[in-house]
Amino acid sequence: MSNHASTLVRLSKSGASVSQEEWSVLTLAQFAEGSLDTHCAAPQKRLLPLTVWLEERDALIADATHPIGVWLDSHEDPAAIAEDLPSLAVVGVNFPSFKDGRGYSTAYLLRQRYGYTGELRALGDVQRDQLFYMKRVGFDAFQLKAGASIEDALTAFNDFTVSYQGSIDQPLPYYRQRLLQRAAGGAE
Amino acid sequence: MADFVSSAFVWIPKMYRYDPIDQKIVDERVAQFRDQTRRFLAGTLSEDDFRPLRLQNGLYVQKHAPMLRVAIPYGLLSSRQLRMLAHIARKYDRGYGHFTTRQNIQFNWPTLASVPDILADLATVEMHAIQTSGNCIRNVTSDQFAGVAHDEVVDPRPYAELIRQWSTLHPEFAYLPRKFKIAVSAAAEDRAGTWFHDIGIQIYKSASGEPLLRILVGGGLGRTPILGHELHPGLPLPHLFSYLDATLRVYNRFGRRDNMYKARIKILVKELGVEKFRAEVEAEFAFLKDGPSTLPAAEFERVANHFIDPEYRTLPGVSRKFEQHLIDDRAFSRWVSRSVSGHKRAGYAAVTLSLKTTGSAPGDATDTQLDGVADLADRYSFGEVRVAHEQNLILADVEKDQLYALWQEAKAIGLATPNIGLLTDIIACPGGDFCSLANAKSIPIAQAIQRRVEEKLGDLDYLFDIGDISINISGCMNACGHHHVGHIGILGVDKHGAEFYQVTIGGSQGNDAALGKVIGPSFAQDEMADVIETLIGTYVNLRHEDEQFIDTVHRVGIEPFKAAVYPNGRTQEAKEPADV
Ligand code: SF4
Repeated sequence: MSNHASTLVRLSKSGASVSQEEWSVLTLAQFAEGSLDTHCAAPQKRLLPLTVWLEERDALIADATHPIGVWLDSHEDPAAIAEDLPSLAVVGVNFPSFKDGRGYSTAYLLRQRYGYTGELRALGDVQRDQLFYMKRVGFDAFQLKAGASIEDALTAFNDFTVSYQGSIDQPLPYYRQRLLQRAAGGAE
Repeated sequence: MADFVSSAFVWIPKMYRYDPIDQKIVDERVAQFRDQTRRFLAGTLSEDDFRPLRLQNGLYVQKHAPMLRVAIPYGLLSSRQLRMLAHIARKYDRGYGHFTTRQNIQFNWPTLASVPDILADLATVEMHAIQTSGNCIRNVTSDQFAGVAHDEVVDPRPYAELIRQWSTLHPEFAYLPRKFKIAVSAAAEDRAGTWFHDIGIQIYKSASGEPLLRILVGGGLGRTPILGHELHPGLPLPHLFSYLDATLRVYNRFGRRDNMYKARIKILVKELGVEKFRAEVEAEFAFLKDGPSTLPAAEFERVANHFIDPEYRTLPGVSRKFEQHLIDDRAFSRWVSRSVSGHKRAGYAAVTLSLKTTGSAPGDATDTQLDGVADLADRYSFGEVRVAHEQNLILADVEKDQLYALWQEAKAIGLATPNIGLLTDIIACPGGDFCSLANAKSIPIAQAIQRRVEEKLGDLDYLFDIGDISINISGCMNACGHHHVGHIGILGVDKHGAEFYQVTIGGSQGNDAALGKVIGPSFAQDEMADVIETLIGTYVNLRHEDEQFIDTVHRVGIEPFKAAVYPNGRTQEAKEPADV
């Protein structure tokens, strides 16, 4: 994962837009090298690796001068931060490769099981053609892989206008939406 | 596109028809893939990044050209769809298609740039290639005699169609550790191979008549062939999708991703043990049960209503016309004895058309044959066709009175070889002639065996005398030819860069599913017809009256076969290069 800011796409009710990146994603290696101190008062918003968060969480919550973010790697269990979610402004989920699909389940669990409502950000190998599914499972911010075309990415959320399954963006499978429409006398 | 529209009367078969939503999803998928292909050809989407996207649209890059695998959900086709497949074979390919062991069809010679157009053509007849490849939930398979079999408990097709919809573009499970195959069976005899799927579903009825789903997990062929385990003894239908979501979520999160050979769900189930795996699924299911994915009865009915019986006529159980033809025409009665199977309705029969004519590749059909079968379907079988796992085609609803006429027409287009279930009805993957994963070729082995039967073993009497036997050939460990479950299984292996074949015997499908045992060192390509002849000769010498090949293997074990095939107790590999 690279820690330099790349393009961030945010989804809101009014649609997808490009955002100024304010957060830096810090890696475990950076802490291990000692180049970073957890408590340094750098005036920036930082997304911390899970291990650092778990070690320092009480102190970090206590001196909450900045909003806090944590990111999970693809093998890390979202249950580990379930209790902390109210304290977090951003949760990141890393896709080491876009072929590693664990992050989709992680996102679903964070939203559905653990009730997380803050920003959920896809990090790592995040590309245009994965955005639609990422949106469906609850991501609302996407740090695109370097070099990605923004114009392309902004259209990706409209690849499909209807889906069969329920997920986070629309909990009802189409078969239940259809029944509701019928009950309401609406057209199909 | 006018060339595939026949002027003949076209039935509207009793199968699932898309509503505007189904159509929209498929159309939007075509547009999405068209754009992905455009970006790939323009160089803005890299080869690596494009690969999983094209695979999830059925597009492989093979030895000679791209290969496109088109989904035939649970093996069911209308005559209109079949004509479209003929059209695609003609327009974009070299005039033929290959039916696979998973009820799909593959085209071997399209150009990459033409694939979006092919998908658009398919969408006009409610077809697609979605998730026919890649590490996602694949096209669902079922019983080729669904809806007409006399041993059926319920019709499995509505269940299979609902699973098709649930799995299509499922956002959470598109990048699984490995491919994921689901099969559904709802008859006394399991014709869908449910024990050999990532998930197998067997539907039965409770004492009160409620359909219950027995869920099997972790079966599969491939490198580590294994029978599935029972995950749930009897899931009520409304919970199907919550339970599948729970199971897939456990697999997506915990299935191995470090080694592609250990990434199938069967390895996770094996490593955890089925009890632990079940506990994980149940824990997940507890959160989902009775939630939004619960299937309403009205939705099941909506889908089931597409699969009602066609307009059957009331016919006598015995057709005198048919009986008379059986007596008068030996060639006809022979074909009937192999190709015609029972039907739940009096006076009707299901007919299997053989795609195993000597000299052609098993499962291949030309555009003319595809059109021909579509015409036969319109005239004899309510405009509907099925694809069997054994790579043959089925007309499921033929009046017995009409069998003689149908036979003559099928003969004229080369689809009435009377060999269904016999030695020459060989199941084979495309193998080294087409597939880039192959260790060895499959098709020439099948053809060599067919030729040997024809030339040396003589006439049809011999073939009939040998009786029921299945030969399955796979060009590599991926086991697309299901070699483990063939009575005789043939697996292509690579020996120091040369193509060799390992032989197993004693495998079987269905309720008594079993894996074959390896008989010994592998053989060179030119030895294979001899080996098969020796195995068959051994069976003929040893058999008791009325014993089929597989029964004899069960009774005497593999030793006598081994002794016959390796007369000098050969333990070295055949014709191995001297310098290794
Ligand atoms: S078994 Fe191997 S050679 Fe045959 S089609 Fe499958 S992958 Fe290709």
